[in-house]
Amino acid sequence: MKTILIIGANSAIAKATARLYAQEQCQLYLLGRDTATLAEQKADLEIRGAASVDFAPFDATHFAIHEAVIDQALDILGHIDIVLICHGSLPDQSLCEVDFDAASEAFKVNALSVISLLNILAQKMQQQNNGSIAVVTSVAGDRGRQSNYIYGAAKGMVSLYLQGLRGRLFPFNVNVIDIKPGFVDTPMTSHIKKGALWASPEQVAHCIVKGIDRNKPTVYAPYFWRYIMQIVCSIPESIFKKLKF
Amino acid sequence: MKLHSWGRYPVSASKTHKALSATALQKSLSGLSGGSAIARGLGRSYGDSALADEVICTERVDQFYAFSEDTGLLRCAAGVTLDSILNTFMPRGWFLPVVPGTRFVTVGGAIASDIHGKNHHVDGSFCQHISALSLLLPSGEIVQCSVTENSELFFATCAGMGLTGVILEATLSLRKIHSSAITQNTLRARNLEEVFAQFEDHHDSSYSVAWLDCLAQKEHLGRSLLYLGEHAKDNQLKKQGRGTISIPFATPSQMLNRYSMRLFNSAYYNKPTNTTQAIKLEAYKYFFPLDSIAHWNRLYGRRGFVQYQCVIPDPSALDAMRSILSTVSAAGKGSFLSVLKKLGPSNKNLLSFPMQGYTLAMDFKVERSIFSLLDELDHIVADHGGRLYLAKDARMSETMFKRFYPRWEEMQSIRERIGANKVCNSLQSTRLGL
Repeated sequence: MKTILIIGANSAIAKATARLYAQEQCQLYLLGRDTATLAEQKADLEIRGAASVDFAPFDATHFAIHEAVIDQALDILGHIDIVLICHGSLPDQSLCEVDFDAASEAFKVNALSVISLLNILAQKMQQQNNGSIAVVTSVAGDRGRQSNYIYGAAKGMVSLYLQGLRGRLFPFNVNVIDIKPGFVDTPMTSHIKKGALWASPEQVAHCIVKGIDRNKPTVYAPYFWRYIMQIVCSIPESIFKKLKF
Repeated sequence: MKLHSWGRYPVSASKTHKALSATALQKSLSGLSGGSAIARGLGRSYGDSALADEVICTERVDQFYAFSEDTGLLRCAAGVTLDSILNTFMPRGWFLPVVPGTRFVTVGGAIASDIHGKNHHVDGSFCQHISALSLLLPSGEIVQCSVTENSELFFATCAGMGLTGVILEATLSLRKIHSSAITQNTLRARNLEEVFAQFEDHHDSSYSVAWLDCLAQKEHLGRSLLYLGEHAKDNQLKKQGRGTISIPFATPSQMLNRYSMRLFNSAYYNKPTNTTQAIKLEAYKYFFPLDSIAHWNRLYGRRGFVQYQCVIPDPSALDAMRSILSTVSAAGKGSFLSVLKKLGPSNKNLLSFPMQGYTLAMDFKVERSIFSLLDELDHIVADHGGRLYLAKDARMSETMFKRFYPRWEEMQSIRERIGANKVCNSLQSTRLGL
């Protein structure tokens, strides 16, 4: 029976992924913002087959409590096979361009809080000498685009951090997996018009579970984003700077 | 945004409200801008019953709340899909009491359409297995309904096409199975009389459905393959295969013409089939053969298709079906899959479709000439005391609807009482004068 810690468990992608692990009869520990939703998720996941589900409320930007919260999770789980970090928010790009507080908040939620958690988790996982750390970043972190570079920079920061961490934890049998979803139809993106490239949280969840299972370093979700981003990244800067997307 | 249901006809410009919880649903209902609104699950009804100016999407309100291994009673949110119920519970030996031809519908949608399955002649329709539901009224109030509690509202909401409010959750009874497989017997019938006789002969079969060649004429009129099914008893509960192919875009509709249809239907009828021996197949393959082709609705082209499903009560069913099929066949129209099924008695739900008799479902590519043909069929159905299925309909007239569903006035008075006639209106209900 696998033990799984999910951080940002209220997010649509986390919800869908937790359900897949519940079907595999895993033991789950959920950290998320909204207690009522977490309680509902617990009932749902146990009916779906989870061996057991525990949860605790958690505010990602409250760095001081991170260690205590993770210790509490470890007490219950005993050992972490997989930790999945899913929380994040899509900042208002144009507001962040003029308001540093907004930009700083975006970095706090999407990057610094993740790094704070990873610092702690890396030590714990190194001690147990196995396990997988999976973090949901974004294809937006592959290249800075003028329409979305605050979010992209924050996600990109985490991706670079993960590359380094992967090497550091390699001798300790700990896998580090960077999950880069493309457009996903979730509450975070509910205000954006959807087109053909949009995926459901369930599709992304399948990619996550498969990617962790096969220990891929970087998982594009769905897979075709790998090729789209290869093209995006190969556009010369002299042209790219004129593109408005 | 542009929205359509499974038939891809009609298309409406609708504002969508995606709710994540019952509370959010409540908020969307009170935050309407005054136009008509209707709840929508996965949009698997065929016509315009889940289309309106504003659409309240329930598919993300999809939690299981409670399940009892002793009784098989499952309480879940209305946005839960039959697919996720089956995936969760089949490996543990539980099956849904009623399944339609696709597992990609929500519990809320299944209740609103009072769906029927291949076992209707034995087990009745979906709502007959619902022990309670909670309903969000247009006033924002949430009421519990069942056969005994607020029963008037229960019988109006079951098969009510979302016209009484938004269904939030339901309690349904799953049934025990001892195998994930179905034992299937196939019978070939050379014409309509034969397949009717076979349905009657195998009345005690748990599941039965016939595929019918709607383009065959004269002595072959109504030739069919009848599929009988029973749950196997081999004590093997396997995870069902989910492998699918997908139709990536709407194919040119000219590909579907009377010649290709005739060729397909003829080949299908004549395909090598073991009619002497029972075969065992995965339940998903028996119940949901079309689910393995994602977006098969795109095969009917950009303009979409309408499905015509009628039921004719027993004594005159054979005569009526004969005239329907000859009318369709003479017009040279037709569909890949025409389905014939014997139904059991009707229930108390005001707008429920099934009645003791036979139902026939046919798909027609949308083209101008199709609508007059379907109007002609409406008259045959009405003259024989039958009716059309609201979940499939995109075009019937108000007059016909009121002939088909004589209890519409009771429905309307309940809607007026709870204020739903001012809020919960779909393009369909407006068209039908509800």
